[in-house]
Amino acid sequence: MRYSALALVRGALSAHRHWAPVWRSPEPKPSYDIVIVGGGGHGLATAYYLAKNHRITKVAVLERGWLGGGNTGRNTTIVRSNYLYPESARLYDFALKLYERLSRELNFNIMLSQRGLIDLAHSRHDLDSMARWVNAMHMNGVDAELLSRDEVAEWLPLLDMSPDARYPVLGGFLQRRAGTARHDAVAWGYARAADALGVDIIQNCEVTGFRTGADGRVVGVETSRGRIQAERIGIAAAGHSSVLAKLAGFRLPVVSYALQAMVTEPLKPALDAVVLSPGTGAYLSQSDKGEMVIGAFLDLFPSYAQRGSFAVLQAIVAATLAMFPSFSRLRLMRQWAGIVDVVHDSSPIIGPTPVPGLYINCGWGTGGFKAIPAGGWTLAHVLATGRNHELAEPFQLERFTTGRLIDEAAAAGIAH
Amino acid sequence: MMQLKCPWCGMRDESEFVCGGTTHLARPPLTATDAEWAEYLFFRDNPKDVHLERWRHAYGCGQWFNLARHTVTHEVSSVYAMTERPPGSG
Repeated sequence: MRYSALALVRGALSAHRHWAPVWRSPEPKPSYDIVIVGGGGHGLATAYYLAKNHRITKVAVLERGWLGGGNTGRNTTIVRSNYLYPESARLYDFALKLYERLSRELNFNIMLSQRGLIDLAHSRHDLDSMARWVNAMHMNGVDAELLSRDEVAEWLPLLDMSPDARYPVLGGFLQRRAGTARHDAVAWGYARAADALGVDIIQNCEVTGFRTGADGRVVGVETSRGRIQAERIGIAAAGHSSVLAKLAGFRLPVVSYALQAMVTEPLKPALDAVVLSPGTGAYLSQSDKGEMVIGAFLDLFPSYAQRGSFAVLQAIVAATLAMFPSFSRLRLMRQWAGIVDVVHDSSPIIGPTPVPGLYINCGWGTGGFKAIPAGGWTLAHVLATGRNHELAEPFQLERFTTGRLIDEAAAAGIAH
Repeated sequence: MMQLKCPWCGMRDESEFVCGGTTHLARPPLTATDAEWAEYLFFRDNPKDVHLERWRHAYGCGQWFNLARHTVTHEVSSVYAMTERPPGSG
């Protein structure tokens, strides 16, 4: 069914009894051309672009739990492309450009809201490094602006601008095209579109092993729902990438950490931008429902537990109140964590693995949501053609051996 | 809040400690290949299981020590000195 205002009106006349599930739940077939492990945003986008860009539709997406139940449903919904290095700028801005036309392409409202992202400067050093950052973005063809102290104050009337604040605000830096998108809708939109093109989306199907032929090439997967053959396999499993790599017999330069976030009770519109403060370590935005969505920094020890520590929760609430003292009476409604796959240079890995026929998309760390369209596009390209997409070429596993790291830690926006 | 048992100071809150990551990583000899050096610097087991790791009581006595901690339950099964071999390794 194609969604439109007319379809909605027609549905209203029949008391909205016309709604049907938007993807099938087929039994797994014994064999596919390509199997994707992981039914989050990146895995579903990969399946969609395989079908759309490469006309490969004998594809299955295997998801251990439910669609978008991992980091796709656990992030702070921020999209942006304010990176420093040319390789990163190209990749993330490509993702943002795909996001900008995604609702129309998928015929599914991902509720993209390009409300702008403001990074606060708390010192002369911050102002200088932001000027460099903005210049780098301009060189890379990405929009960015420096904001004066008065412009920040005007945009964010509730922000504590007093000179004796713990981290006084001296100015800021804005990417207007950044903002938020509805995270669940991104997963559901890609799932619906991929399903319509013939992709099988199989939930509650955990991969328990990889099968290889005599030449070492992958020939399929063992799953909790039986053996499935595949010529090529793509892994898009974020924080669980190392677990799958171990099943396939190799290691990754990845450590898994819990990254937590939380939302307050809903308010009337009070915050018209995504705000990051490198000083306090908090970043927040207001959801369309009115909740303040607050993101934290990592719990800095390896973890696969999808819950954050109280120490970080406490620190991030204090940081938020240092920025917005008037939020002190808000109640937190929910708090959760996702397991993120952190790489030493804070840049992703998209390409072949040591096992022939097995490809991986991982290492997005704390910033995977914003990159979903690009991660899916480039993983689909290498799965379909056997050659790396030009945008993904710098982001190969070999860079850890050659030393050609893309150290985006400085440009990640927040101290992770 | 998670608590860890510093061998010198006893049970303290997680926020007093700093995790130094995987322990028992042996530095390869100077003749190591680029691949061996990359393995040492970057590649990790990253287990969803018991992880042997080093911690420092940064806001306490400042001492380093080793832990065997499960990465899902966060349960600590062993605390041992930096120079000791991992538990169960004889």
